[in-house]
Order: sequence, then structure tokens, then C-alpha cells
Amino acid sequence: MSLVETQTPRPDTGRGDAVVRLENVSKQYGSGSNALLALDRVSLTVRQGEFVCLLGASGCGKSTLLSLVAGLDKITGGTLDIGGRPVSLMFQEAALFPWLSVVGNVELPLRLQGVGKAERRKRAEELLEIVRLSGFGHKRPHELSGGMRQRVALARALAQNADILLMDEPFGALDAMTRDILHDELERIWREQNLTVLFVTHNVREAVRLGDRVILLSSRPGRVIEDFPITHERPRRIDSPEVSGQAAEITDRLRAEVARHAH
Amino acid sequence: MPIKYPSARAGLEGAGGESAVAEVPEKVGVNPTNDQVSGLDALELAPRSDKGTLGKRIWRSAWPKLLAIAIVVLIWQIVVWSEWKPEYVLPGPKTVFTDLGDVITTGDFWDGVRLTLIRALTGFALAVIIGTAVGAAVSRFAPLRAAIGSLITGLQTMPSIMWFPLAILLFQISESAIMFVVIIGAAPSVANGLISGIDYVPRTWLRVGQVLGMKGLAKYRHLILPASLPSFISGLKQGWAFSWRSLMAGELLVIVPGALSIGVRMQQARDLSDSSLVICYIIVVLVIGILIDVLFNAADNALRKRWGLTGS
Repeated sequence: MSLVETQTPRPDTGRGDAVVRLENVSKQYGSGSNALLALDRVSLTVRQGEFVCLLGASGCGKSTLLSLVAGLDKITGGTLDIGGRPVSLMFQEAALFPWLSVVGNVELPLRLQGVGKAERRKRAEELLEIVRLSGFGHKRPHELSGGMRQRVALARALAQNADILLMDEPFGALDAMTRDILHDELERIWREQNLTVLFVTHNVREAVRLGDRVILLSSRPGRVIEDFPITHERPRRIDSPEVSGQAAEITDRLRAEVARHAH
Repeated sequence: MPIKYPSARAGLEGAGGESAVAEVPEKVGVNPTNDQVSGLDALELAPRSDKGTLGKRIWRSAWPKLLAIAIVVLIWQIVVWSEWKPEYVLPGPKTVFTDLGDVITTGDFWDGVRLTLIRALTGFALAVIIGTAVGAAVSRFAPLRAAIGSLITGLQTMPSIMWFPLAILLFQISESAIMFVVIIGAAPSVANGLISGIDYVPRTWLRVGQVLGMKGLAKYRHLILPASLPSFISGLKQGWAFSWRSLMAGELLVIVPGALSIGVRMQQARDLSDSSLVICYIIVVLVIGILIDVLFNAADNALRKRWGLTGS
């Protein structure tokens, strides 16, 4: 297992073009004595078609990083380049709109893009089929289970037809069974749709289960500690010995990092 | 398939996304299948509640109300029997209901009801338009909110009858005087409903709007307005109550010649010392108020049901 130090950019592995490139990105909230440094000189490259997991304890600024990439927030140092590519972002809460039906929620991004009625209905039905919810389009969000709502949120994110899918602990509020099934679904959709995913989690196994790379962030301020390439063959299982073994290794590293901050 | 779901639901509402460190790995001894809606998803789907037939449901909601009315009538009758006041001042239920039956079978009475309802609906509609415009402007422009935000709440607490002397000076004895007071009574509630609806749009929805690239008009059309609907509806409901009260006060005070509204008829009954007829009109006003409240509640409940806000 080779561990790559990522304060310097990773060498190209030929996977595809870099779609997200962060160089020494810093984010500071407030100023003067109240200043809080959330991210400290983070460098990171995500290539086309790559599935990258950001892993860290609370306060490591991983959600901040996603907000920056999504353009919801501005960086205070370094450079962030996504080449003007459209991004979509999924949260821990499905945050579906209750005044719209399931299919209405999925259609919304298309509607905002000015896609015609028949066309967007057709596309939305396709997307619901991709997340295996065909037949549920007429339901209201509150009639669905938590896992199904996240599927709808995923379909809505896919409807944006963005190049980069950012996911902020999307399965954090789900039970283990549902999460396990959704891991399989996400992996399948990622491959079929040729997505580029930046996935934030604090669950080590989840990160190893899903990622091509797991990037470990330190806490307060967030810095990249290590970049673990995950090379186990897909599809993986979260309880397989390989995943467990590597998760244990990363957990040790994370634990050491947390201990450093414990006092 | 060993499914253990009680623990699986733990922490569902995700108290803290980043609170847990190095989560204990879950033991899932199930080979995950990609079935459509399987396992916990199927279990989690809300079961359909049995509502019973329409007749049963109506009876279930109606009998407590009927009982309450019966008790009130009974107390009224007991007071009359006690001869606290002479019969011609406080007539009994039998006299009043006989008179009421006579009154509501005349076309003349329904003309009055129609006149009053047209006034009420016109005034309310204008109040809704003005209140919505003011509410939207206040929530959009911060300086405007600082300037008149608290004024709106102040107006809301102002008893509407206080406006009539000014209204009569401004518009003389006319429909306009009544409309003025009805609108000024109802518009603040409508505006406040909209303002608080817009203020309390959940943050996560706003973030979704941002991610979907909603801006300007589209943001209002697809996010802010629908999201503020429940609060807006309660504003409408309160606005209606204020406009109805203002109107009744107006009809007693501002008697426009030739317009025989409910209020005017009641005033005439008082002038003739016809207590029974006065009570008849009180009942009529009460019934109209209740019926319209039922409509607002139906709208409110339909919305809550659609949004899944009803406590199951």
C-alpha cells in the first residue's frame, strides 16, 4: 500500500481529465480575533469519472469544501478550478419540496432549465427508473421512506445533468440496511452514468466501500492528511475482509488525528 | 433474512452530521439485493389509514357540535324560565327560532345576506391584494421592513371600530367608508402571514434552491411562494375574521341609505325593540362566520395533508 502525500498534487494516473482542481485552497470565516480557519491550504484533484470520498472527523471542514466546490461559498485563499462545469449537490436531508409530487420534484431542475413539459416528464420518468422508483412518481414525498426520499433526491440531482455530483453525507441519516442497498445503487448509477463524484462522509467503511480514493482530512483547520487509493475490485461489499481491513487502517490513522485534538 | 430494524432507525433525524467520529462498523449479514422497494423501505411506507364511510365521518365530527348547541339552547331556555328578564326583552329559543324560520323564508332577507356577503368578499379580496403586495414588498426590501414592519403588527392590534370616525369624515356615509375600514382591518393580517411565511422558509430548501440555480423571479415562483403557503393561509384566515368583524361594526354604524344589509336590519330590529329579531340576526351572522371558517379549515387541512404535516 503506497500512501501518497497530497500537499503536493498527485501525479496524473491517466484516468481522465481533471474536473475539479483545488490548489492550496483556504477558507476563513470572520476576521481578526474572531477568525476561524476552516480549511488550510487544501490541494486536491478529482478526475473525470472518479469517485472520491472525503473523510474526516467533525469540524474538518468537509462540508465547507463541498460548498466551495458547489459555488455556494467563496474561497479566501488559493485557487479552485472546476472549469465552469455544472455541479449538483445532495445533502443529508432529501429536502424535497412537499408541494410537488415525486415526479414534480425530479422535473424541477429541468423546468428551471426551460425544458418543455412532455420532454421533462419523459426524462423524469427515466430518472425515476434509474433510481428504481418508477411507479412512485405520483406520490407525495412524505409518503415515501427515508431511503426512497434520498433516491428521489438523487434523481433530482441527476436531472441537473451536471458533470460533477457532490454528496454531503447523503446516507448519514439512514439505517444500515437501507444505506447498504443505496451504496450498491449509487455505485451502479455512477458507473452507468459515467459520473464524477465527490462524496463526504465520516463513516470510514462507507468511504472505503465506495471510493476510488479516500482523502483523510484533519480537524480545525481542515488539511489533507493522506490520500488512500482504494484498489479493491468492484462491486465491493461493506463487510468484506478487504474493505474491513483497509477501513481499520484508515480508522487508526483517523484516531491518531482525533487524539491529537483531544486535549 | 436476519433483519433487525429497531436499532436501524436510531438517529434517523441525523442530530449531527459530523458529530460521530470513526463510526462503529455495522454488521449487516445480508447480501444486498437490488429489488425495487424492498426490506425496510417497504416496512417504512406509511400504512393507509381507514377512514370509514362519508356518513360515518360526518356524524363523528358533527355530534359534539350538535350536543354543544343543544346545551347552549337548554341554558338559554333555563334563563328564560327563571324570568330573569321579561319575555319581550329576552325571548325564549322557541320564539326566536320561529321568527328565524319566518325571516329566512323571505326573499328580502336573502337580499340582505347577499349585500353583506358581497361587501365582505369585495373588502376581503381587496385586503388580500393590498396585504399581499405590502407583505411581498416588506419581505423583499430590508429598509421597508425596518420602516413599517412593526407598524403592520400595530395596525393588526388596533380595534377596527376606531377607524370609523375618520372613515366617515373621509368618505362620508358611503360604501367606501365601510370598505376602508374592512381593508385596513384585514390587510395587516394578510401581510403578516406572508411575511412570516417568507421569513421561515427552511434553510435546507433555500440551499436546494441555490444548488438548482434559482434566482430572482424563478426563486419566488418555485420556492419562496409555495413554501410560505401554509403561513399565508393562516394569514388569510385571520384576515377574514378581522374583515368580517369590521364589516359588522361598519354596517351598524354607517347606514348607507337604501342598502338593507344584515347590520341595518339588525339596527332596525333594535329600534323596534324586537329582541327576537335581533337574536335572529346574531344567529345568522354567527352561522355565516362558522361556515366560512369551515371553508378555510378545509383548505388548511387539505394543504397539511398534501404536505404530510398532519400528526398521523
